[in-house]
Amino acid sequence: MTLLEIANDAIQQALDAGATDAECTIAEGEEFSVQVRRGEVETIKQAASRGMGLRILVGSYTGSSYTSDLSPEGVRHMVAQAMELAAVTTEDPFAGLPEASDFGAVAGDLGLYSSDVEGLDPAVKIEIARCAEDAALKFDARITNSDGGSFDSQLGRRVFANSRGFAGEYRSSYCSVSASAVAKLGDQMERDYWYHSARRFTDLEKPDYVGRRAAERTLRRLGSVKMETQRVPVIFEPRVARSMMGHIFEAIEGRSVYRQSTFLAGKLGETVAARGVTVIDDGTIPGLFGTQPFDDEGIPTRRTPVIEKGVLKSYLLNTYSARKLGLKSTGNASRGITGNAGVGHGNFYLEAGTRTPEELIASVPNGFYVTELIGSGVNVSTGDYSRGAAGLWIRNGELAFAVSEVTIAGTLQQMLMTMEVGNDLEFRGSVAAPTLYIPEMTVGGR
Amino acid sequence: MGFSDSFFATKFGIRSQDLEAYLAEALSQGGDYADIYFEYLATSTISMDESIVKSATQGVSLGVGVRVISRERTGYAYSDDLSPEKIRHAAKVAACIANGPAKVDKSSLHEGAKRNLYPVLTAPNELGFAERLDLVKRAEKAARAYDSRIFQVQATYADSLRHVMVANSEGVLNFDRQPMARLNVSALAREGNGHPQNGYAGGGGRVELDFFLNEKTPEHFAREAGRQAIVQLGAVEAPAGESTVVLGPGWPGVLLHEAVGHGLEADFNRKGTSAFSGRIGQQVASPLCTVIDDGTIGGRRGSLNVDDEGNVSQRNVLIENGILRGYLQDQLSSRITKAAPTGSGRRESYEHIPMPRMTNTFMLAGESDPEEIIRSVDKGLYCANFGGGQVDITSGNFVFSASESYLIEGGKLTRPVRNATLIGNGPEALKYVSMVGNDLKLDEGIGICGKAGQSVPVGVGIPTVKIDRMTVGGTA
Repeated sequence: MTLLEIANDAIQQALDAGATDAECTIAEGEEFSVQVRRGEVETIKQAASRGMGLRILVGSYTGSSYTSDLSPEGVRHMVAQAMELAAVTTEDPFAGLPEASDFGAVAGDLGLYSSDVEGLDPAVKIEIARCAEDAALKFDARITNSDGGSFDSQLGRRVFANSRGFAGEYRSSYCSVSASAVAKLGDQMERDYWYHSARRFTDLEKPDYVGRRAAERTLRRLGSVKMETQRVPVIFEPRVARSMMGHIFEAIEGRSVYRQSTFLAGKLGETVAARGVTVIDDGTIPGLFGTQPFDDEGIPTRRTPVIEKGVLKSYLLNTYSARKLGLKSTGNASRGITGNAGVGHGNFYLEAGTRTPEELIASVPNGFYVTELIGSGVNVSTGDYSRGAAGLWIRNGELAFAVSEVTIAGTLQQMLMTMEVGNDLEFRGSVAAPTLYIPEMTVGGR
Repeated sequence: MGFSDSFFATKFGIRSQDLEAYLAEALSQGGDYADIYFEYLATSTISMDESIVKSATQGVSLGVGVRVISRERTGYAYSDDLSPEKIRHAAKVAACIANGPAKVDKSSLHEGAKRNLYPVLTAPNELGFAERLDLVKRAEKAARAYDSRIFQVQATYADSLRHVMVANSEGVLNFDRQPMARLNVSALAREGNGHPQNGYAGGGGRVELDFFLNEKTPEHFAREAGRQAIVQLGAVEAPAGESTVVLGPGWPGVLLHEAVGHGLEADFNRKGTSAFSGRIGQQVASPLCTVIDDGTIGGRRGSLNVDDEGNVSQRNVLIENGILRGYLQDQLSSRITKAAPTGSGRRESYEHIPMPRMTNTFMLAGESDPEEIIRSVDKGLYCANFGGGQVDITSGNFVFSASESYLIEGGKLTRPVRNATLIGNGPEALKYVSMVGNDLKLDEGIGICGKAGQSVPVGVGIPTVKIDRMTVGGTA
């Protein structure tokens, strides 16, 4: 049986057992990864796996189950487990599949799968990892150690079907290269990394470039000092600016909106950010990691402006959260292989502004250019923002010296209302943001 | 119970000679060491939100992972199909990293010593759903009843039963049955048009369902979540910059997990990439600090009869009176550095390669009265509860976020403050510990530790501790 036939069979079994609706997801994947350290292969991992999940409805009662065993017996057991749980949940008038008229898929080749990843020789993969690490180690005498170079590839197939007639599947490919370098200066040791990932092998950054970037990033952290506590302008480089997109997503996704657990609940149509801030979610851009033809409920993905010139235009919704809010799904349902669908994003990005990163830095007499953030100190209910940071201090418009072991703090509300967006937007994953300039945050240090 | 009565032998018909044959296949290309790991995991989750039981999920995953080590190289392959052909194929794939004639004699397996740190006769997921559903409903109701300002409550109960079996080319054969259960409550409170404030509590362990009926009830966790959310309604801005910090007992032990625990995992130290590399025997904390990682505490979330490489777990002294004593080892690191195993080799699942990990990490109690510790601080911050933390192993910089903390003014706790991140440097931070309380408390059983993409359950604990200098990331 094909995976789609297995899915349809599970749905039929559920209907036969008394379910009024059912939806089934199957994910199949192959992975290969290699790590090279100090020129020697350290780890090679290779495997294939499958998983299958079912969600059933009996009227407005729901139940979910999953299995890694796709044999007829495994599927039967999974169906029975889901049916058992319909008696556990509570009737929920908002639960249920989308209307049949909502189903569909984005047409055409979305560039999610490339055969050049599948055909890659393991020896080539090992050589890429080796080359990435080698470039980092050779870059400078202060690079004294390495956390290795790596290459990863994955091939996947995802199948989704439901009892209202939707059936779809797509394949995807992924490859990535990374290097992580360690540098020492006196007692101080620092590590940083660089990586790149792509759906097509030919789009992947060259390993020696990745290695050099890792080395450069590590070296510029050396000699870091802890600054005095002060309020200054803060600039986020794109790699850390992406984390802001994560916070914005959390603040506008349907579940946190209907639960009123976000500071942006009830703010549609209001100005919530500076005029230069436009946030888009687009699940249809060919070749990118946030792209898929249909969401995890079978609704076509689309382009949704979330914030336009500072005004909150739309939340991101699945069917359930849309019904709760009296709105329409935006095609943003997301789930693993089982359970109720949550809300996910497609390619979620901040549109580029006009000034270059260099111009933004040059405009700051005394401030902090952040290249790393750690910790989880962001609360989207209150907007409180407080994270550990490292980076470079800006003196008279220039990156002057390394800074570490400090915190940056403020509120998401104020950061959004005052931020200026740089012109250097680049997609390196499913969230993307250019350099961000925030006129004032509290840097906590000595 | 012997091997022939064990889960994989009875349910899947796996025989000792099969395991020996798979290991021989794994070593056929010349590896130095091989192991094979079987895992069967059944989970269930029930979640209630907006007073509706919105989701209930259960399922099963099973698979086998084969690892071959050749000098410092590791080959790993896994299969979610336990048929002999698929296991042999995984063994062949893993074997490919080695190159040369087989050099390990055929191993004959012998069963490891047995003990049971979690004598759970009936795992919660071996019961019907009615009792577990009732826990969630009780928790939800109690949180709403705590205070009228609470407007959203989510209660989730999750349990799992994991059967594992490990055999290796050194002849070790071990298996374990690992139950786990956990109940969480999260509450949102609001006053007028103010921002909602969050409170979160939960706990559990390798326990029977009775634990939630007799020891830590749903109402206990619900009240705690409600209390935290209400406290935060009155919170003022947190201070910014260096401050004296007092950690309350229990979950704030996550400081140890981030500040020293990860940095003492043997893989980083073997490679020289940890801020603690090469520092054994050196002073890395105040003499008041003794830090232990102990996988043998009965019923705890981080405890294990055997680790995921078949070694028995143990009590490991990491720091003794401020002096660094040892690292947490896995099979690979202990082979390369010729260190004794510490029972710390863990993996998220059969799809993952084991790594050195923590179990239950805590600081031994000292002699100070907790009240006296607070009285000794003229101006500072008291942290009663934390969210998560993170560490940069190489620089040693770590953070953790304080979710419930109070200003200390004139030796007294005064106003609650808003969430703030605290930051410090691992080998330095604990040198500023100036008082250690006599009130060691372990957390209630909610910890999840992430490392290199693998999550495992852990525990932490700490007595009330005064740290003279730490940077607080507030805005005031």
